[in-house]
Amino acid sequence: MINLASITTQPIINRTTSQLSRGDHWDHFLARLGYKRSEHRVKPGLYAIGNPTPSSPVFVTANYTLSFDALRLNLAGLDGYILVLDTQGVNVWCAAGKKTFGTEEVVLRVIATQLKQVVTHRVLILPQLGAPGVAYQEVKKRTGFKVEYGPVRAADLPEYLKTHQATPSMRKVVFPLKDRLVLIPVDFVHLILPGLLVALVFYFFLGGLLPALAVIAVLLSAGILFPILLPWLPTHNFSTKGFFLGLLTSIPFALSAFFQHPDWTWYHRIGQAIGFLLAMPAVIAFITLNFTGSTTFTSKTGVRREMFAYLPAMAWIFVGGIILNLASVLIH
Amino acid sequence: MYNAYSVNTLAYNVELCNGCAMCVVVCPHAVFEMNDRKAILVHPLACMECGACQLNCVTNAIEVESGVGCANAMIRAALLGKPEAECSCG
Repeated sequence: MINLASITTQPIINRTTSQLSRGDHWDHFLARLGYKRSEHRVKPGLYAIGNPTPSSPVFVTANYTLSFDALRLNLAGLDGYILVLDTQGVNVWCAAGKKTFGTEEVVLRVIATQLKQVVTHRVLILPQLGAPGVAYQEVKKRTGFKVEYGPVRAADLPEYLKTHQATPSMRKVVFPLKDRLVLIPVDFVHLILPGLLVALVFYFFLGGLLPALAVIAVLLSAGILFPILLPWLPTHNFSTKGFFLGLLTSIPFALSAFFQHPDWTWYHRIGQAIGFLLAMPAVIAFITLNFTGSTTFTSKTGVRREMFAYLPAMAWIFVGGIILNLASVLIH
Repeated sequence: MYNAYSVNTLAYNVELCNGCAMCVVVCPHAVFEMNDRKAILVHPLACMECGACQLNCVTNAIEVESGVGCANAMIRAALLGKPEAECSCG
């Protein structure tokens, strides 16, 4: 029999700094593009930043490089410990939703790093957005550590640490233009390849340049304009916002379609124009409905209601638009 | 105009509130506020159903059906025949 209590090892404390290297910046760039999405990882465990003493604060974060780096960057000039959980390379909020940034992992990591031998106090400072995965009362019961939820954004930590009280604005998640802009590449890379393929098919087989350009316009509108314009587009639902933006996007194409063949009969010309007015908004609305998951405020109930309300209509409008468009071109 | 976000599953029983204010702390959308040593619902429709308040409420005064508000995840779950949508952006 091995007496487990007799095995003593020194706690392993890694070192880190508030400096971001060139490699870190390159890693951030790739992460923002969604390249190898789940492989921007930090080794889970305990890290020292500055020159911490046993009474220095302990900050908990995810093992996603963008999360870890946002934290250490904002701890510049401070002494403390960073406890990195194994969230499988996922950021704090999303990992909390999956419970990998969760009670079990906090408890396990506190024990595995022998944190009790490193610090004399019993407080863990967690990011507020870890709360959907962590029951503070459970962590206290099982480790003796009190969970303190810090601000949403690491940038507010220096201010927060002066009083350990977060202001209401530190507790609120927002979705400003800057945050919406950085999301564009990561969503857009998924659209480019299939989009270009469809555009090529249209260009060579189904109607030529105009519908091919329409496909490109759909991608740019849904993938780039929508995230930028989100708060200013009318109505609450993402589908109707997208449909509205889609209508605006499709008007030039409808007009071009109408005027490009003056020799056609009027109903062929109108048929093709209306085809654009229907098909383009339907596709844009579908893509923008899928943007719900990238935002910071949509509820499961709301998104589900929106899907039930609009998905069938999108499908019918799309099919109707494509049939009108192709019929006008082919029959002619 | 139809607003899909005009209802959600957040339910709060003020009778059970012990005034710890943890819901006010964890909520990212300021749905709760403290009033006379009890939490009150001030912006219930701002709730995104993340579940943080329920998980951190020791008296079980809050109930919410938490999950991901992501159409992409729900469509994928429906296509793959899974009962629950899981976010998989990474």
